[in-house]
Amino acid sequence: MNNPVLNVNAMSKDFGGIRALDEVDLKVADREIVALIGPNGAGKTTFFNCITGIYTPTSGDVLIDPSAEGRTVRINGRKPNHVTELGMARTFQNIRLFPSMTALENVMIGTHCRTKASIWGAISRNPATRREEQAVIQRSYDLLELVGLENYVNELASNIPYGKQRRLEIARALATDPFLLLLDEPAAGMNPHETKELERLILKIREKFNISIMLIEHDMKMVMSMSDRIYVLDYGRMIADGTPEEIAANPDVIKAYLGEDHDD
Amino acid sequence: MDYFLELFLGGLTRGSIYALIALGYTMVYGIIELINFAHGEIYMIGAFTGLIVAGLLTMYGFPGVSILAIAVVCAVIWAAAYGYTIEKVAYKPLRGAQRLSPLISAIGMSIFLQNYVMLAQTSDFLPFPELIPHFGFMESMGSIMSSSELVIVLATISVCVALTLFIKFTKLGKAMRATAQNRKMAMLVGINVDMVISATFVIGSSLAAVGGVLIASHIGQINYYIGFIAGIKAFTAAVLGGIGSIPGAMLGALVLGLTEAFATGYVSSDYEDVFAFMLLVLILIFRPSGIMGKEKAQKV
Amino acid sequence: MSETKSMNQQGFLNLFLTAGCDSFPHALRKSFLVAVWFAFLTFPIMVIKVNTIENTVVWHWHKIGYLAVAVFFGSFIWRWLLARKELKKDENREETRIESLLTRVQSHPVLKYLALGVLAAAAAVFPQVFNLYQTNIMISCLLYIVLGLGLNIVVGLAGLLDLGFVAFYAVGAYAYALCNMHWGLNFWFMLPVGAVLGALLGILLGFPVLRLRGDYLAIVTLGFGEIIRLVLENWGEVTMGPSGISSIDRPALFGVKLGVIGSTHYMYYIMIGLVILTIFSVNRLQNSRIGRAWLALREDEIACQAMGIDKMKTKLMAFSLGATWAGMAGVVFAAKTTFINPASFTFWESAIILSIVVIGGMGSIRGVIAGAVILILVPEYLRDFAQFRMLLFGAIMVLVMVFRPQGLISAKRKVYEYKVNTAGAANE
Repeated sequence: MNNPVLNVNAMSKDFGGIRALDEVDLKVADREIVALIGPNGAGKTTFFNCITGIYTPTSGDVLIDPSAEGRTVRINGRKPNHVTELGMARTFQNIRLFPSMTALENVMIGTHCRTKASIWGAISRNPATRREEQAVIQRSYDLLELVGLENYVNELASNIPYGKQRRLEIARALATDPFLLLLDEPAAGMNPHETKELERLILKIREKFNISIMLIEHDMKMVMSMSDRIYVLDYGRMIADGTPEEIAANPDVIKAYLGEDHDD
Repeated sequence: MDYFLELFLGGLTRGSIYALIALGYTMVYGIIELINFAHGEIYMIGAFTGLIVAGLLTMYGFPGVSILAIAVVCAVIWAAAYGYTIEKVAYKPLRGAQRLSPLISAIGMSIFLQNYVMLAQTSDFLPFPELIPHFGFMESMGSIMSSSELVIVLATISVCVALTLFIKFTKLGKAMRATAQNRKMAMLVGINVDMVISATFVIGSSLAAVGGVLIASHIGQINYYIGFIAGIKAFTAAVLGGIGSIPGAMLGALVLGLTEAFATGYVSSDYEDVFAFMLLVLILIFRPSGIMGKEKAQKV
Repeated sequence: MSETKSMNQQGFLNLFLTAGCDSFPHALRKSFLVAVWFAFLTFPIMVIKVNTIENTVVWHWHKIGYLAVAVFFGSFIWRWLLARKELKKDENREETRIESLLTRVQSHPVLKYLALGVLAAAAAVFPQVFNLYQTNIMISCLLYIVLGLGLNIVVGLAGLLDLGFVAFYAVGAYAYALCNMHWGLNFWFMLPVGAVLGALLGILLGFPVLRLRGDYLAIVTLGFGEIIRLVLENWGEVTMGPSGISSIDRPALFGVKLGVIGSTHYMYYIMIGLVILTIFSVNRLQNSRIGRAWLALREDEIACQAMGIDKMKTKLMAFSLGATWAGMAGVVFAAKTTFINPASFTFWESAIILSIVVIGGMGSIRGVIAGAVILILVPEYLRDFAQFRMLLFGAIMVLVMVFRPQGLISAKRKVYEYKVNTAGAANE
C-alpha cells in the first residue's frame, strides 16, 4: 500500500482547560474518500481547523505526503496559507465566500498561490503576466463549468442560491490544485436531489483530478454510499473507524451517534 | 526623593484621568467591538459644558464648592446625552455592516464634534476657573501634591469602585457582562441588547465628563482639541490593560500615567506624547491582548 | 403611464411622511421629540458663550430655533432614507445615473477616446486659460487626487484603515526639503527617492502592526502620524522645528530655472503626469492577481488564508504601495510650496485624504477623483463656507457610511473574457 497522503498521529487540541480533541489518529490514503462523522460538538470542525493551520494542535503530529511516495512533511503550526500551498484545500461549514466578488473572481482567488504575477508584472502587464492571467481566467471558468455554475460566472457570490454557493466553494478550493480536498458539511441545507448531484460531483472530482477527499457530513445516506472509509468522532475521541459496513454494525457508534440521531 | 514623589503623584493624577476616559473605550469595545473614536470628544464636550455652567454660576455668585458639584452634574448629563445620541445616529444603523464602516463613521463623528465645538464656541484656548477648593491640610504637602490632584485621585478611585460594584451586582451590570460575552445569547434570554448598548455609552460618557471637568479645572484651560490627544492616550491605556477588561483599563491607565510622568521628568518633556505612542506600539507588537486581556479564540 | 407615475409619487410621499412610524401624526410627534431632544443636546454649547475673565455671557437663542426646525425636517429625511435602505437591501444595487453614464462611456470605444481626448485637451489648456491662482488650486486638487488614490490602495482595496497616511507624505516632503537644502539634490532625483523612502517606512511600520486586528491598525497609524509630526516639531537641529524649511527649489526644466509663472505651469504639467501615472498603475493593480487578493482579504481574512494567500505579505504590499505614493506626493508638495513646516502634516491632513476616499467611493478610482475634485475645489470657490469644511466632511463621512457605504461613485468591476466549453456545460 502507498504511503498515506495525510497521517494524523495522536493529535490533541485544548482550549483553556477543555480538551476538544484527544489523541486523535486518522489516515487518508491516495485517491481515497474518507468521511469524518460524529454528533454535533464532537470536534469535527476543530479537527479540520487543526490540520489546515487555523488552529495549532496542542500536541501530536500532522504529517502529509502529497505524492504518496514516502516524502512526508510535518505541518503542525504552519500558517493556513502554507498548508494550502502544500496542497490541502478546504471548504467551510458556514460558507465563507467573498460576497462582493463574482463567482469567477472567487475561483480566481483560489489560483493565487499557484501563480506569481508581481506588483511590477501587474503594472507593466508584460507578456508573461498576460499569459498567466488568461490561463487563470480560463481555468477558473472551466472549474465553474465542472461544478455546474456556468450560468453564474459574473454573478456576485452573495446573489447565488445557497446550494450553489457550496459548489462554488468546492470550485474555489479545487483552484488551489490540492492533493487532498477537505469538505466541511458540503450537503448541509441541500434537498435529497441536490445531495445526490453533489455526490456525483465529488466522485467525478476524484476521477478527474486523481485526488483524495475527506468530508465531514451529517447525511448518513450520502456518507454510507460514497465513502471508502469512515472515522467516528465523539467528545473529541476517535471511537471507531472502518468501512461503511463495519461502522454501521459497530455498537459504540450506534450508541454514540446513530442511536440518538438516526432520523438525520 | 521629593522630586521622585512629585513625579509619582503627578503620574497618579494623569493616570486617574486616563482611567476615567479609558473605561468608556473599554466598555464600548467589550460590548460592540468598536473603537469609539468620538469618545475623546465626549470628554472635551464634558469639559466645555462644565466651563459654561461654572461660568454662569460664578456670575450669579454661587459659592465655590456648589459650583464644582453642579458643573460636574451638568457635564455628566450632557456628555451622557451626547454619548447616547452618537450611538443612535452613527453606530446603530451600522450594526452588521462591513467591518470598516462603523470605524469610519466613528472618525467622521469625531471630526464633526471637534469642529462643532470649535465653531459654536471658539478655536482659542479658554481659561477654566479653578473649581476645586484648596484644603488647609494640604498646605504642608505644598510642592509635592496639590488639593486638586488629591481630589482627582480620590474621585477616580471612588468612581472605579462604584463602577466595579455596579457591573458586579446590579441587574443592568449583569446584563452588560452577558451582552459582552455573547450578544446573540443575551438577546435569546430576554436581555434588551439595544438598551444595554445605550447604557454602556451613557455610563462611559459620564465617566469621561467627570474626568473632563476635573482635569480642566486642574490644568486651567481647554480648547476643542483636547479630546484628540487624551482620547488616543486613554485608548493606549485601555489596550495596555487589555481592551474589554474594566480592571485592565484602570491598571493600564495607571501604568501609562506613571510612565509618562517619569519619562517626561527624567528624560525629556519635549517628547511627552511620543512616549505614550511608543508604548502603544510596543504593547501591540509584544502583547496585543494587554496585561489583563485574554487571548480570544477565533470562531471559524 | 401618467397614472402609474402619480401613484409612484403618492407612494413616495406616503413613505416619506410615515417611514418608520405607524401614521403621519405619529411621525410628527416623533420628529417633534427629536427636535426637542437636539435642542436640549446642543443647548449649552450652541447657545451660551461665557467669558470667565470678564464675567460676561452672550446668549444665542436664535441658533437653537434654527437647529430645532432643521432637525424636525431632517428627521423625516433620516427615517425615509433608513426605510429606503431597508427596502432596497435585498435588491441588486442599481447603478445611479452618473455611474451608468460613466460605465457606458467607458465601455464604448469611440466615446471613450472622445471623452479622454476632451479631458486631455481641457487639462492641457487649463493653465493658459485660467490665471495663476486658479492653476495653483488645480495643482493642489491634483495632488489630493494622487494622495487619495494612494490611500485608496490601502483603505479602499485592502480594507486597512490607515489614519497616519500624512506621515509618509511628511517624510517625502522633508526628505526633499532637507536633501535640497544640504546637498542641493534636485527634484527629479528626489522624486523616486521619496517614493522609495515612503515604501521602506511603510514596510518598517507595517511589519509589526499589520498582524493586528484592523481597528488597532487605525489607532497605531494615528499615533504614528502624531509621532512623526512631534519629531518634526521638536527635533530642531535637523528639521528646523516649527519654523520649517523655506526656499526649497522648484523643479528645473532641463537645468533651466523658471520664473514664478513658468514654474507653476511646469508644476501643473508634472502633476498631470503624476496623476496619469497613478491612475494607470492603480487601475492595473486593482485588476491584477494582487488586486484581487486585496479585495478578498478585505472581505474575509480567514477564507483568504485558507485559499493560500499570505495575509501579511499581501497587506504589507498594499500598505507600502500606498506609502510610496504619499512619499512621492510629499516631494511634489515641498517643491510646489517651496516652504514646509510641521503644521502642514497634522491629523487634519490625513482626515481630508480619508474623506476624499470614503466620500468619493472606497476602491473606486473614478469615485476618488470625483471626491478630490468636490472636496478640494468646492471649498476653495465658496470661501464663506470654508470654515464649515471639516464639520461637513465629518458629517458626510457618517452619512455616507450609514446610507451609501460604496460612496459617491462605486467601483466598476472588470468583466473577464473566457472560452465556453460546450462539453462541460452539458452537465447541468
